[in-house]
Amino acid sequence: MWIRIGALVAILWVAALPAAGQSPPKPPANDDCLACHDATATRPNGQSMALDAKRFEASTHGPLACVDCHADLAKLTEFPHADKLAKVECGSCHDDIRSKYRDSIHAYGKEVVGLSVAPACADCHGKHDIKPHTDVTSRVYHTRIAETCGSCHNGIKAHFDTSIHAAALRKGDAKAPSCADCHTAHAIQRADTDKWRLDVTAECGSCHAQVVDSFRRTFHGKVTELGFSRVAACADCHGAHDILPASNPASTISKARLVSTCGKCHRGANEQFVKYDPHPDPQDYSRSAVLWWANRFYWLLIPGCFGFFGLHSALWFWRAARERRRKGGAA
Amino acid sequence: MMPVVVEMPRPARPLQIVRFDSKTRLLHVVVMVTFLGLAATGMPLLFSEAPWARVLAMLFGGFHGAGLVHRVFGAALLAGVVFHVADVFWRAFVRGERGLFWGPDSMVPQPKDFADFYGQMKWFVGLGPQPKFERFAYWEKFDYWAVMWGTAIMGAAGLILWFPVLASRILPGWMFNVALFVHGAEAALAIGFIFVVHFFNGHLRPGKFPMDLVIFTGSLTAEELRHERAGEFERLRRTGAIETLSVPAPGPALVRRARIAGAAGLMLGLALVALILYAVAH
Repeated sequence: MWIRIGALVAILWVAALPAAGQSPPKPPANDDCLACHDATATRPNGQSMALDAKRFEASTHGPLACVDCHADLAKLTEFPHADKLAKVECGSCHDDIRSKYRDSIHAYGKEVVGLSVAPACADCHGKHDIKPHTDVTSRVYHTRIAETCGSCHNGIKAHFDTSIHAAALRKGDAKAPSCADCHTAHAIQRADTDKWRLDVTAECGSCHAQVVDSFRRTFHGKVTELGFSRVAACADCHGAHDILPASNPASTISKARLVSTCGKCHRGANEQFVKYDPHPDPQDYSRSAVLWWANRFYWLLIPGCFGFFGLHSALWFWRAARERRRKGGAA
Repeated sequence: MMPVVVEMPRPARPLQIVRFDSKTRLLHVVVMVTFLGLAATGMPLLFSEAPWARVLAMLFGGFHGAGLVHRVFGAALLAGVVFHVADVFWRAFVRGERGLFWGPDSMVPQPKDFADFYGQMKWFVGLGPQPKFERFAYWEKFDYWAVMWGTAIMGAAGLILWFPVLASRILPGWMFNVALFVHGAEAALAIGFIFVVHFFNGHLRPGKFPMDLVIFTGSLTAEELRHERAGEFERLRRTGAIETLSVPAPGPALVRRARIAGAAGLMLGLALVALILYAVAH
């Protein structure tokens, strides 16, 4: 048995020798590719197969070889190659991003539902002219990404453009949020799920920390903190893409619209009702004097009460224990 | 049913004296059960950042379940207290019962309570004998009025939060902020007071440990009464009421039920206190 296996291995090894002796086929260099794909190259049917070498070299992938991405051409020896190439697998380098993308609604649309409009990498990042997101000319640069997302989500883009966040971005405010700040870049989820509605509070809080802190003091804030979504979170009152300050009459929280905004959940809400403070601060006398006094009162009452009866109980315990010892000793 | 009539001043078998009628005992059970339920369903919101908050809420079926239980228990507690207040007034003004608003059987603080408090302080530090307490000692009156005050405040704030649109017909919206704050602060006070101070004074202190069953069984021995409430004991003996108030000792079944109810209440309450301490420490 072992002899037969040994013989088989030896035959295979000998058969493989001529191949091992040859050097492997050299993959085509970038210049080899550019020999055909020059700036004006067209297929016989007139379709462009041009490549702007300068733009590619200026891109973040400029130092790479063509076959690093078009890996199926690396072993090819006969050119011209077939019209249809294998799909470029960005994840072979960007593995962490691939795993985020795979959990996203975009990947679900593309790979599970088979939507032709669902984006993969190149739809947002481009192909041969990819720039890092920190480059102002990148399609995914902070102030330009809304344009990129808006090429599909143009309805949302129109809303977003009216918002205070978009206005700040137009002024070049680097801290103002754009699409990816709330939705993330790659792990984008459906925004109509309860989980997303509640989790996004943390995103709002990453800039508006004090506002979220004060929200957490309210019934809305506490219920949502527990993970239940029946009550209002940020976007339910402020809107999502078209957020505007209360001073703007078009804002959902402007004086004119507040009754209808609160009334979405609290049917029958009136002018009196909307005097509720959704972001109270008991320490701030100017926000509500009554709340400030209530806070003061209970901060005296609670420690006072526990202090008094704590001492009362401790003394009682001590005296009763002594009495028992005394009586026990006498008996 | 005739009480056991004892001819001799020194009874042959231990004399058992009524302390709480069945209405009072039932009211205590209602307050106890609803209070525990309200605390357990309200604490997830009061301590919403604590890791146990969501678990506790899920035990009651999440936001909806806990909210429903909280409202049902709140309404039951309010109903119990309203019924009690109505009963007191009915007894005083319809049945013409005397001594409800003033005197040794009254819950209204008496000059003697202040003297008793002073005397108790002196006893604590070894400067005198323990005062001869009457039927309700000053710490019991404090407990009683704390429940009355607490239920009024918590009930009013709770109703505002339950029906905010209705409340906004007479109150400005910022009162909801005040109502939520007061509801939470008063809850912290009430939970701490009942589960620590009341438990200690009523049940856990030396001489009572592990618990005093009188609120469940309704009666105590004359010996206990003489020791705990010398003032009342002497008064009852002087007026002869001690004999009209004497009843048979509670049967073993009632005592067992009382023990189970008392132990369950104590343990649940102390468990909730442990959760609060955990939340405050972290």
